[in-house]
Amino acid sequence: MNDEMTQSEITPEVVAEHGLTPDEYQTVLDIMGREPNLTELGIFSVMWSEHCSYKSSRKWLKTLPTKGPQVIQGPGENAGVVDIGGGRAVVFKIESHNHPSFIEPYQGAATGVGGILRDVFTMGARPVANLNALRFGAPDHPRTRHLVDGVVAGIGGYGNCIGVPTVAGEVNFHPAYNGNILVNAMTVGIADADKIFYSAAAGVGNPVVYVGSRTGRDGIHGATMASAEFSEDSEEKRPTVQVGDPFTEKLLLEACLELMATDSIIAIQDMGAAGLTCSSVEMADKGGVGIELNLDAVPAREDAMTPYELMLSESQERMLMVLKPEAEATARAIFEKWELDFAVVGRITETGALVVTEKGKTVVDIPVAPLVEASPEYDRPYDEIAAPAIIRSENVPNPDDISAALTQLMSSPDLCSRRWIWEQYDHMVMGDTVQPPGGDAAVVRIHGTQQGLAVTTDCTPRYCKAHPETGGRQAVAEAWRNLTAVGATPLALTNNLNFGNPERRPIMGQFVGCVKGIGAAAAAFEFPVVSGNVSLYNETNGEAILPTPVIGGVGLIPDISKCVGIALPASDQAIILIGETTGWLGSSIYLREICRGEEGAPPPVDLEAERRNGGFVRDQIHRGAVTACHDLSDGGLLVGLAEMALAGRMGATIEATSTLQPHAWYFGEDQARYLCTTAAADDLIARAREAGVPAMLLGRTGGGELNLPGGITICLDSLRESHESWLPDYMAKA
Amino acid sequence: MKAAVIVFPGSNCDRDAQVALEEASGLPVAMVWHGQHDLPKVDLIVVPGGFSYGDYLRGGAMAAHSPIMREVTAAADRGVPVLGICNGFQVLTECGMLPGVLMRNANLKFICRSVHLRVETSQSIFTAGYEEGQIVQIPVAHNEGNYFADAETLDRLEGDGRIAFRYATPDGDIGPAGNPNGAARNIAGIFNETKTVLGMMPHPERAADVRLGGTDGKALFDGLVEALA
Repeated sequence: MNDEMTQSEITPEVVAEHGLTPDEYQTVLDIMGREPNLTELGIFSVMWSEHCSYKSSRKWLKTLPTKGPQVIQGPGENAGVVDIGGGRAVVFKIESHNHPSFIEPYQGAATGVGGILRDVFTMGARPVANLNALRFGAPDHPRTRHLVDGVVAGIGGYGNCIGVPTVAGEVNFHPAYNGNILVNAMTVGIADADKIFYSAAAGVGNPVVYVGSRTGRDGIHGATMASAEFSEDSEEKRPTVQVGDPFTEKLLLEACLELMATDSIIAIQDMGAAGLTCSSVEMADKGGVGIELNLDAVPAREDAMTPYELMLSESQERMLMVLKPEAEATARAIFEKWELDFAVVGRITETGALVVTEKGKTVVDIPVAPLVEASPEYDRPYDEIAAPAIIRSENVPNPDDISAALTQLMSSPDLCSRRWIWEQYDHMVMGDTVQPPGGDAAVVRIHGTQQGLAVTTDCTPRYCKAHPETGGRQAVAEAWRNLTAVGATPLALTNNLNFGNPERRPIMGQFVGCVKGIGAAAAAFEFPVVSGNVSLYNETNGEAILPTPVIGGVGLIPDISKCVGIALPASDQAIILIGETTGWLGSSIYLREICRGEEGAPPPVDLEAERRNGGFVRDQIHRGAVTACHDLSDGGLLVGLAEMALAGRMGATIEATSTLQPHAWYFGEDQARYLCTTAAADDLIARAREAGVPAMLLGRTGGGELNLPGGITICLDSLRESHESWLPDYMAKA
Repeated sequence: MKAAVIVFPGSNCDRDAQVALEEASGLPVAMVWHGQHDLPKVDLIVVPGGFSYGDYLRGGAMAAHSPIMREVTAAADRGVPVLGICNGFQVLTECGMLPGVLMRNANLKFICRSVHLRVETSQSIFTAGYEEGQIVQIPVAHNEGNYFADAETLDRLEGDGRIAFRYATPDGDIGPAGNPNGAARNIAGIFNETKTVLGMMPHPERAADVRLGGTDGKALFDGLVEALA
């Protein structure tokens, strides 16, 4: 043992500071057969952090359906891979950057985008679309405006520069996020199905190569930070937030794809959370080999970095690769062309150990398999969360004025136009954005073909809070509907499970319930989970976020000329309501925004009805019978129709009447519903009846207003003004 | 028309420009890497959009000093037409091929949206496919598109008919309502003295495919093909 290995004493305090419990530390001692040094302790700490080890969630994640004939690679790699025919595959994943974004919104969000882009191009895919799912605190909370401003600028700053369009997303505001915002970023890429790159290292003696940015002292212990609750001193954690460099990422992207076109790479892994440690350990573990790293060869940004710092830095825009030995010169030339650092920092060994040397001395020697396999897995106790009582619409006050209620909903923080946000994102670069933000799902053409990918992110946290299992089902169902509504066949999903502290029984109950719901819906729709991320400990001083299991959905459109949007397309078309309306107001936006209530069971999600109704709608879109389509979700029927009217700058008249109470009929949030327009209403309704799908003629398009039975008229221009102005007005306030 | 597109390491609209040019001309486009010291013999050089060298300093400031831009400047001096789009416009001003500068947008935000432009002249190889006064819809996507030059320069540009496009309302009104970024006198694109160089912030290559929501940019490429055939 050299000096450094014995220098720092590992006291119980040092162990605790590294987030390891006494039991976990005992396991470390058992594995090592000796006391670890500080660098080794740091490695165990990050590898066994919640963020890297999924120790609270693994048991439940294993229950999710992950297989299907279309799945090439499910969870466990950098991203999921799904076959889309024609020799191509779609590669995608969603990932959170919640904690850093709260502390430093611009850089936190920017590096979140950078990290997920790397996960996708590491697999050999060219990224073609970015999405995000954002949750902020109450609009009147003093930090919210600053956080919205920084996060949106950060997402745009990174994505715009690297030149990948940001095409879709979702945003909610709720006081439960006051102390913990959520920034979930998703990237979708396209690869050749037979040229997917994986992370399993192989070949004793093969060079381990470091490429990309130099390593600095930024982001040390970011993964550990993301695995603990916040307290008042979270501001002090600013130094753990990394700084993004999208230009370098662009170079890294192009250089990696250029190298991947040659036959040089055995394994590749991006350096994300826990940097050099996590990437080298994962590559070695997956390949069942050892790895030796020489820290003197690691390109460093700063002088005198210690092994601890080099191994735990989360500096961005870095990759680790195992190359075929004969390919080193080719690879070096490509990275030199792109003016990126290229350094052979180690080699694959047969020892099965991670051995790190510095100045000729061994500073780390940890057996890889035990480090990975002995990582803790907890079966955390949880409370089963029962559905709250059903709220009957008779017990919810009707609005005095439907028109005013609609305007209030359409200009509420959760339903107002997101234009202020997505106009800060380059959503058109790469020249294939067929359906821009603002619809149900965005559609990106697969370059040079007539195929398209539909992409969406969805979650309704208030449903998840009310009843986690229903909320989990609903999140999947809504993503699936959004893909369906543009005419896509849903392929697979990625999920970002954002929750509070799993060591608390009610929070663990939320997690378990949501996962069960996601699993049930994903299985019913044959819509498997192929990648994902878990973000726990999203709470501050014991106040947890709403359970927020975000679903990122991807679907395939065989022929983009057949896809439809939400905009009312022409006058004198029939508007058809698909699905059953019972007037469900429990946990609805109406209840929250108009009645200031958040109670009641959320709308049930009948997976059979979803399948049947969605399948019917998709078939009719493919047949060319549907001219516009919108899934009904937040705000229900009237909000859905208003969104279609605003998008199409076209009015509509509702002719149908309902026996339901007006607020239940117009604003109830029953699931499995769509609004479609068509030139052939009778035929569509007849076909629906044949398919066992509820369908009714709601009304007709035309004019510049929304006309409702009973002489109610809603002016679209003033509705648009309210809908469009809330967010820019809010952000303009000092 | 044989065209070349300059590719800086941070260019990201190079492929989009290539697609639009190839669609219009039916000929393959030469993609010229920034480190190259020689340009192929072409009828048109396009400096595309993107973030040439990251542009952390100022849009196009570093690209203006790259080896390939010396070649582009020399070619422009010989009369080879040059089109700078977005970041390309920034590069051309930084090189001194066009007067003025592009400052941060007045609202200090990146802006990506389809805007209306008034075509100020059809008397150029770039705008021959349009009618003077025509209102067209073409997207912008930039952080620094706020054109600025001193009053004397602006007067000269106007007097010499060197303003190609101005931001406008859908009705063609040239005022603050139609100005997305605060550009002086709503200027969206300008020519050099010989009208063989055009710099413009809007992206005509993003409005050249009916699937992407508009084809008003296509006339620019079609007009060039006709003029340079």
